[in-house]
Amino acid sequence: MNQWLLAIIAVVVAPFIGGILAGIDRKISARLQGRWGPPIVQPFYDFFKLLGKSKIAVSRVQLVWLYGYLFFMITSLVLLVLQQDILLLVFMLGFAGICFVLAGFSCKSPYSHFGANRELLQMLSYEPVLLLMALAIYAQNGSFMISEIFKNNTPLIVPLWPIFIALIYVLTIKLRKSPFDISTSHHAHQELVKGIMTEFSGPYYALVLLTEWYEIVLLLGLVSLFWANPLWVGIIIALAAFVLEMFIDNIAARMTAGWMVKVSWAVGLILGVLNLAYLYLKKGVL
Amino acid sequence: MGIIHTSRIKSPWIMHFDNSSCNGCDIEVLACLTPLYDIERFGIVNMGNPKHADVLVVTGAVNRRTARVLKNLYDQIPDPKMVVAVGTCACSGGVFHNCYNILGGVDKVIPVDVYVPGCAARPEAIIDGVVLALQKLAKLQGVAI
Repeated sequence: MNQWLLAIIAVVVAPFIGGILAGIDRKISARLQGRWGPPIVQPFYDFFKLLGKSKIAVSRVQLVWLYGYLFFMITSLVLLVLQQDILLLVFMLGFAGICFVLAGFSCKSPYSHFGANRELLQMLSYEPVLLLMALAIYAQNGSFMISEIFKNNTPLIVPLWPIFIALIYVLTIKLRKSPFDISTSHHAHQELVKGIMTEFSGPYYALVLLTEWYEIVLLLGLVSLFWANPLWVGIIIALAAFVLEMFIDNIAARMTAGWMVKVSWAVGLILGVLNLAYLYLKKGVL
Repeated sequence: MGIIHTSRIKSPWIMHFDNSSCNGCDIEVLACLTPLYDIERFGIVNMGNPKHADVLVVTGAVNRRTARVLKNLYDQIPDPKMVVAVGTCACSGGVFHNCYNILGGVDKVIPVDVYVPGCAARPEAIIDGVVLALQKLAKLQGVAI
């Protein structure tokens, strides 16, 4: 019963945290560019306005995939909050991403297809790193369960710092921040009209925004696992990583999809594999 | 439905379309985004996508080629939508009004809510035009702005 309550609280509270974080993102970005910026609650205004727009659906299948995107994102957040299997969480997150890509492919717009192709390239860049993170946590703790991380007194960031750096790269890609905002772009940028978001309009775009808020909370939660004991240090680390992403967003130029795959594999896979190999040698599992 | 009505006023996303403008007004529209005017503090964001837009900002007189494109873009914007004609050319055809290829102002093709005259219209006038459009929307919905 307690777990049910926890899951419900997480599902209800996460969008508020995510929305506020998105608002802080826009405010700080504006300040970095020498502007005043919108109010912190601006993402909520955007969300409710989009809910009130008329519905234009270009295909019925698109809606199924969009709801799938939301559903699997919520599932992985619940898995995190209930301290379940991190491998399952990574797969659920991957399935959510696939749902989003299929939503992009489900209509005939060439811009949407371009965006969906690029989203696939983004997934190609970050999924191996996330998988390596799960494996490294297994190598360290001997279990995929997140609850084991909380029982361990040594913070994960000490043996797993290379994976942590790789995770910051993943965070940049997942939050669609500047060197890697390949498949779509945030406010006032344009990427092939709007990339994968081109055909999502009105309430359906609001659905995508909602899922992105869940995604922010989920990813920052994953980052905070690296200092799970006590958790408030981990949350501070996660928020610091979030602010770091804004700085990266504002100082970096946007690059091509091929460059993104090369860099994220060069950094993420090398750091991840080396870290994993070290853990296995030290623990003598192999 | 109160929060949705309020949000419509607080978060107008504009899309800018250039009919056959001399680019004078276009540069002024883009100037609104700069740190000097910073329209994002009102929640106004320049969208490149008609499906996400609320306010269509049109510059330049309509010619026979762009009339179809303008109508198409207007139809792609989900309701409720507002149209702001920026610059003398977009209001009436301006100095081009008698040209063989010019149909006239934007209102020859789509319904226009606010006219912002000027050659080129100043950024302050453009912001004022968008705010007027929002006030009109607020009045239609019976929301205080």
